[in-house]
Amino acid sequence: MSTRVGVVVFPGTNCEHDVVSAFERAGAAASLVWHTEERLVGFDAVVLPGGFAHGDYLRPGAIARFSPVMGAVTRFASAGGPVLGICNGFQVLTEVGLLPGALVKNRGLRFLCTPTRLRISSARSVLTGGVEPGAELQIPVNHFSGSYVCDGRTLAQLRDTDSVVLRYVENPNGSIDDIAGISNAQGNVVGLMPHPERASDQLLGSTDGLLLLRAVVAAAAGVRAA
Amino acid sequence: MMFVARVDVRLRPGIADPEGATIARALPALGFDDVREMQVGRCFRFEIDAADEATARQRARDLAQRLLANPVIEQSELELTALGPAGDRP
Repeated sequence: MSTRVGVVVFPGTNCEHDVVSAFERAGAAASLVWHTEERLVGFDAVVLPGGFAHGDYLRPGAIARFSPVMGAVTRFASAGGPVLGICNGFQVLTEVGLLPGALVKNRGLRFLCTPTRLRISSARSVLTGGVEPGAELQIPVNHFSGSYVCDGRTLAQLRDTDSVVLRYVENPNGSIDDIAGISNAQGNVVGLMPHPERASDQLLGSTDGLLLLRAVVAAAAGVRAA
Repeated sequence: MMFVARVDVRLRPGIADPEGATIARALPALGFDDVREMQVGRCFRFEIDAADEATARQRARDLAQRLLANPVIEQSELELTALGPAGDRP
């Protein structure tokens, strides 16, 4: 049976179908989960896709954090299940406290919708397992609040625990230490601003995102087998 | 007792404030060369029903810290005014 990926949909999420389709190309079975669900049953991995959850009112992710499904996502993460937050999903993961730091408005106040080059900084996470550190990928970003910030102590912890997963080769948004994606210390919760699902088909100009999504699928299969 | 709370949320010192910087850059063109330290934040106003001022303050501060501000990047200031008994509105 194929690996099952749950893709959470908040009111205002808009990347869910792209993510489902990309995970299917990566060899998984993916289905949507409405944000009012209080339980996540039968999934091997959970993804919070991009968009504008709850209209991004207050701050991106600030209201989504209180959606009933987030309790289930937190329990899933605590049990070691792979959790991936893409763009707005990354913002939700920081607001709910599953990942440290925060995402603020881009340097220069520019909305960015552009391909970026990324360098794998750590292969320790569920997103980058099996991908060689130092490898470069081309994956687009699409955000206004994607500048990662955290205090000095958190940054030191992220580095010490090898939790900086992806860095921009050319920093587009002012993120501290060129950070494009991070994981928790265990490596099973990962957030990134770039959209791997938008680099999952030749037609989209790059298939580099599939490397990352396949790593998530492989990690999910591993957790299920364990 | 009803209280009116005003919560002022601003970015912490050290967190880049590109909106504030953009406004600051526009000011000299308007003749405001004397303005310094422009910061952009948000102000929330809400009413809160509590037995006494200390309780109202505690509840409002709790709300500010748990939702209105993200303590990783923002700081909040609370201003509380007594409005009178619940239902009694000036």
